[in-house]
Amino acid sequence: MAIIVVEVMLKPEILDPQGNAVASALPRLGFTFAKSVRQGKRFEIVIEGEPTPAQLAEVEKAAEVLFSNPVIETYVVRVEK
Amino acid sequence: MRIGVITFPGTLDDRDAARAVTHGGAEAVALWHADADLKGVDAVILPGGFSYGDYLRCGAISRFAPVMNLVIEAAEKGMPVLGICNGFQVLCESHLLPGALTRNSDLHFLCRDQEIEIISNTTAWTTSFNVGDKITIPLKNGEGSFQCDNKTLAQLEGEGRVIARYVGENPNGSRNLIAGISNARGNVVGLMPHPEHAIDRLTGPSAQGLGFFTSILNAMVK
Repeated sequence: MAIIVVEVMLKPEILDPQGNAVASALPRLGFTFAKSVRQGKRFEIVIEGEPTPAQLAEVEKAAEVLFSNPVIETYVVRVEK
Repeated sequence: MRIGVITFPGTLDDRDAARAVTHGGAEAVALWHADADLKGVDAVILPGGFSYGDYLRCGAISRFAPVMNLVIEAAEKGMPVLGICNGFQVLCESHLLPGALTRNSDLHFLCRDQEIEIISNTTAWTTSFNVGDKITIPLKNGEGSFQCDNKTLAQLEGEGRVIARYVGENPNGSRNLIAGISNARGNVVGLMPHPEHAIDRLTGPSAQGLGFFTSILNAMVK
């Protein structure tokens, strides 16, 4: 069994009001380390056995059409060790 | 003239949309998301709401509903389609319209009467208006901020495909105050505020939303 992770982030030029809200909450709690925060999504896809290149290509395709909206988001596909 | 109104799980405004269609003078036909059947309608409205709970992204799951395959196919052949609010989001996710609708810039769910200006009256859904008409209809959404890249924005503006703009302060961070756009052919229109809630002074801020539903009759008669 393996886990394929798809991480989806808003493109840098797209305003991220949720990330901004988190960034402004941090100093209120005394955390002063953050210059800015961006918030994204993480999908964990469980498959039987080790992923084959063909399966990874399929996941890439799904990331393009379903997990992300390429107009506003980017994605990264990787296998969780 | 028969206009289909699609109900997805989580759709809210299908009944108001159907009522507006009837007030406009056409016959409203209920369409169900899971049916691969457009029942021979002449045009389709995707109403507002929270289809599929807005899971993943607003409109992202609805795009793959069986009925949407037919809507996309018919729209590409020229059938008029109007997406209101969540319907606009579905049209963007379906790539029938460019851009995307993202979280309101101040994170608040807005529900208020909003003045908009009609910018184009050449689409299938806006012929009853004059360019420059200012109408007040409800705006109610959490993800109504229209976003696209600079090239797309220039194209929309250059080709006269911005059909309505917010008047006054930008309510949600939409680029160029965009409240609605059309495709190049003008048969597919997406609109963030809700004309179907403003067809009758008894229940709406105005009856000015009716123009969208009478426009489609003009378009079909032509």
